[in-house]
Amino acid sequence: MTGSLLKNTILPLALFAALALVPAYADVFDDRFVLLFFTRILVFAIVAISLDFILGLGAMVSFGHAAYIGFGAYAVAILSEHDIWEAWISFPLAVAAGGLFALITGAISLKTRGVYFIMITLAFGQMAYFTATSLSAYGGDDGLTMWGRSELFGTGLFTGDASFYYLVFGVLAAAYLLLRTFAASRFGRVLKGAKQSEPRLEAMGIDPYRYRLAAYVIAGMIASVAGALMANQSEFVSPAYMSWHRSGELIVMVILGGLGSLHGAILGTIAYMVLEEVLSGYSEHWRLVFGPLLILVVLYGRGGLMGLIPGQIGRQSRGEADQ
Amino acid sequence: MSVTLLAVQTLNGLQLGILLFLIAAGLTLVFGVMDFINLAHGVQYMLGAYLAVACYQLTGSFWLAVTLALIAALICGLLLEFLVFRHLYNRDHLDQVLATFGVILFLNEAVKVLWGAAPLSLPVPELLDGSIQLMANFAYPVFRIALIVTGLAVAVLLYVLVTKTRIGMLVRAGATNPEMVAALGINIRRLFMLVFGFGAMLAGFAGIMAAPILSVEPGMGDNLLILAFVVIVIGGIGSIRGAFLAALIIGLVDTLGRSFATDIARVLLPPAAANDVGPAIASMLIYILMAGVLFFRPSGLFPVRSA
Repeated sequence: MTGSLLKNTILPLALFAALALVPAYADVFDDRFVLLFFTRILVFAIVAISLDFILGLGAMVSFGHAAYIGFGAYAVAILSEHDIWEAWISFPLAVAAGGLFALITGAISLKTRGVYFIMITLAFGQMAYFTATSLSAYGGDDGLTMWGRSELFGTGLFTGDASFYYLVFGVLAAAYLLLRTFAASRFGRVLKGAKQSEPRLEAMGIDPYRYRLAAYVIAGMIASVAGALMANQSEFVSPAYMSWHRSGELIVMVILGGLGSLHGAILGTIAYMVLEEVLSGYSEHWRLVFGPLLILVVLYGRGGLMGLIPGQIGRQSRGEADQ
Repeated sequence: MSVTLLAVQTLNGLQLGILLFLIAAGLTLVFGVMDFINLAHGVQYMLGAYLAVACYQLTGSFWLAVTLALIAALICGLLLEFLVFRHLYNRDHLDQVLATFGVILFLNEAVKVLWGAAPLSLPVPELLDGSIQLMANFAYPVFRIALIVTGLAVAVLLYVLVTKTRIGMLVRAGATNPEMVAALGINIRRLFMLVFGFGAMLAGFAGIMAAPILSVEPGMGDNLLILAFVVIVIGGIGSIRGAFLAALIIGLVDTLGRSFATDIARVLLPPAAANDVGPAIASMLIYILMAGVLFFRPSGLFPVRSA
């Protein structure tokens, strides 16, 4: 099982080590753009691993995951509009709001399966989106500019480029470790089991519904944290954060990386956003290349980018992800 | 909220419903029979519209343009099937999502390169120009009436095709249990190609008919694709009857909601709040409807495949 060691231990370690060195690189080569760009990538990576947790592990294809980014982002921005900048108030509130929304919509959505689940999560995502557009006191369609960043006991953690990067990096690493622990626990095994055969689990006296709902809420809360970070990163929020295009993009990032390993989702996010940045630098018609590239990845690289690396993710065989 | 406005908006709603049905019919068949999620179905609608404009610029005749565009849309659909989709039938849904998303990106951009990003339009043919006086102070454009009538005719034709012919029987059987159909010696690949080409042509046809009344621009299919998915999910995947009913419901609810939600909100709320809430509720209506339907009927109104 050397392949598995490479894939499940060495690869994520190398990935996080490389990401930890980004501020040093930016410092040495005096490249502020790379630092800011990677801050943005890592924020998206947090959302992507939370989506991979429910999509890759539990086969819950949420097409409304961007809504949680919005919950987190709007919580921070709306509080800042009322001159409340303390992160210890806004972040727990963001998580609570996202978690509550996930609990209510998840309880309803998880009654359905397959494409019906995809579409009902889209429906709730769209409801959140249109609610945001109607908040005329907070910018409505145009969005809301924040005149600063969150504060944490006056430390300036959010304001420095490098310190903010390390904050995002820390949140990503913590979320990754948390979700990996969940995935390896009994909880994670139930989720994977429910994906393979629900009747078998039920025969064992386990009701997968509650486990799925718990996973759905956890994913929503983690994505909300990322949303709160994103509001700080761009110092601006708008309903576009929650649009279905964004939710679709997130699904694409996760599939591109390869399902179910969590660090695959991080790889997918980096690949997607870096490719987009590099290709769009060459031509405004970069999608002419990017589109076929995605098709080729599907046709020839089974299992996304992670599929290109030898070894098992300690995971399922093909063809189960869609049930 | 006058009677005239209500009548106009009802007709507009019907017209949106018909367009949605033409797109959703192909989508639901492809999904139902081939178990294939084709996100690129929306760009086939866009291609239809662009091909119609291009053929019109070449020939100068609306009717010739419609005929040529229809054929071209069919060829494009089959070409896509041959190049990309055919290799995805045995893959899981998420692979299909990723690959067809790539197709969307490519074609939206290709259209921008070929015809530019600015919206184009197709003139309404002389024969269907002008409007009809339907009531004392209420005239409605002939072309839009023609669109509704044509759409209904296609729906009837499709109904006969699916319920009364051998091909239709195979399609229905394929939607219920494709393995069994293949086991009975039917060339399932050819059936797939037929269904696919037909679906692509219907979507293209919807695009051609929308070209004179909506602006033809890159990405015009994206939002309709989402609406078409809402339609097939409410109707039950694989069900033409369900798609027809759901398309009309969605078309009417969306159109009427957008024109009257603010007025209705004003009855309950102060004007300023109503102006905020009204449009948001109007945009949400179809999603609330879908969530409601799926809550009570998790496989849509007319489930085809037993789970």
